[in-house]
Amino acid sequence: MSETAFAMTDGRVSFDGKPVLRGVDLTVCPGEVVALLGSNGSGKSTLVRALLGLTPLSGGTTLVYGSPPGRFRDWWRIGYVPQRLSVGGGVPATVREVVASGRIARQRRLRRTSQADRAAVARALEAVRLADRANDPVQSLSGGQQQRVLIARALAGEPDTYVMDEPTAGVDAETQQLLADTLSGLVLDGKTVVLVAHELGPLEPVITRGVVIREGRVAHDGRPPRPEGECARPGHEHQHPHADAPPVGPLAGLQEGSL
Amino acid sequence: MIVDLLQERLFQLALIAALLVGLCAPAVGTFIVQRRLALLGDGIGHVALTGVALGFLTGTAPVLTAVIVSLAGAVAIELVRARGRTSGDVALALLFYGGIAGGVMLMGVAPGGSNAKLNSYLFGAIASVTPEDIWVIAGLAVAVIAVVLIFGRELFVLCQDEEMARASGLPVRFLSLLIAVTAALTVVIAMRVVGLLLVSALMVIPVATSQQLTRGFRTTMGLAMLFGVLASVGGLLASTYSPKVPPGAAIVLLALAGFVLALGIGRFVRRGRTQESTVSERPQMRVEEVA
Repeated sequence: MSETAFAMTDGRVSFDGKPVLRGVDLTVCPGEVVALLGSNGSGKSTLVRALLGLTPLSGGTTLVYGSPPGRFRDWWRIGYVPQRLSVGGGVPATVREVVASGRIARQRRLRRTSQADRAAVARALEAVRLADRANDPVQSLSGGQQQRVLIARALAGEPDTYVMDEPTAGVDAETQQLLADTLSGLVLDGKTVVLVAHELGPLEPVITRGVVIREGRVAHDGRPPRPEGECARPGHEHQHPHADAPPVGPLAGLQEGSL
Repeated sequence: MIVDLLQERLFQLALIAALLVGLCAPAVGTFIVQRRLALLGDGIGHVALTGVALGFLTGTAPVLTAVIVSLAGAVAIELVRARGRTSGDVALALLFYGGIAGGVMLMGVAPGGSNAKLNSYLFGAIASVTPEDIWVIAGLAVAVIAVVLIFGRELFVLCQDEEMARASGLPVRFLSLLIAVTAALTVVIAMRVVGLLLVSALMVIPVATSQQLTRGFRTTMGLAMLFGVLASVGGLLASTYSPKVPPGAAIVLLALAGFVLALGIGRFVRRGRTQESTVSERPQMRVEEVA
């Protein structure tokens, strides 16, 4: 089994015939903290969804830990943080119930909730500082707190790789800083992170690689400062289709010595 | 007085049916409401009428043909929903109209069919429940409760956040079909008690009532099942004491009365809760208003 978290080759996605991804090559190695950057409509959210198999490819291939998403079985290795809380409907659910659902990929049918499950949920709630709100309905929390619930849900699953779609969008400074601290902890544990961001803000020091998406293509792919593992293999090259192009948007800050 | 009643065979059967319906309908309803498919039960109920009529036409037990047709209808509805096109809305409406019209037509043609029989399925006839009906109802109820117990955790994730369910490797298509199929079974269980036109009420109203008072999913489901049993048994008792009262309508009106009561109490509860939380943690008003 491959330890490369994600490997997309010439990934293409179209919605109703309109191309959104136009041939993306992206390999994410263990321990990397990759920021997918780009303006609205650039295709960065579609890219993470395609990496997970949530959006089917119309061309090219993508692998999750060496398997196509449809045949991948070890989903507990992936922790997904969607763009915003899609609370299903009118039925309330407590913060703890939602966070505990992050354990689902590790739980067997007919097996009761284990001590390990409870401990992981408690740790996750503690990490996002929502332990005191555990029994409140998630619908009663503010937007930033709901975002923290989603992050805790992913943490509770104790995955190897985190995929976060705009975790910083529309949340307060406190939550952004909390997310940055959480990410630093994950990096120390050797976890892999792929996150979509409009701007990096306090996350910047944690990011090891920036990939800029523009019009459905990789416009820039910043080299990680400390290549290791499979990425350090001779002959492994990150894609730089437009290496000569001037840096765009948020990556400008990244390149000027922050790495 | 109730002790005397309990010794009557007819009342025993009706009571068992009411209890089972009161338990099952809100349990399934909690998932359906969470998934914003509150009208799914109505749709299946319409289609089930054609199944009932087919039973009369072919001389088979209407409950069995209703199971088969409503299962097929539920699968069809789920397939249309999963494709997620705007035209799906209209496709569903067509299915519902076809179900009712087909049922009324077939019932008219069927040898044993009559308006009285049609009415008993449309609006329920708990007093006419036979021992055979009870066996079928009990079997279906066991199936429904088993689904909730075995798949409840996965169904919660699916109904809460389908994307998350997908990214957790859950069998999303299977689970979606499972909900639709379970809803279809529930419709048939409730058909004799409240009638096909009011089936959905017992799946939705107790849940709506319960969520006025609760904070979590599990407690909502538990309380909804309690309310469901109270309403269905209460309606049955009302119609037993005054024979002019139709049981199906009594059950639904009782459930609605409970909802109005809970709405008032819930306002109080929530106001207290809002004052508990600090100023910076302003609850989202949007959600409150919808609820």
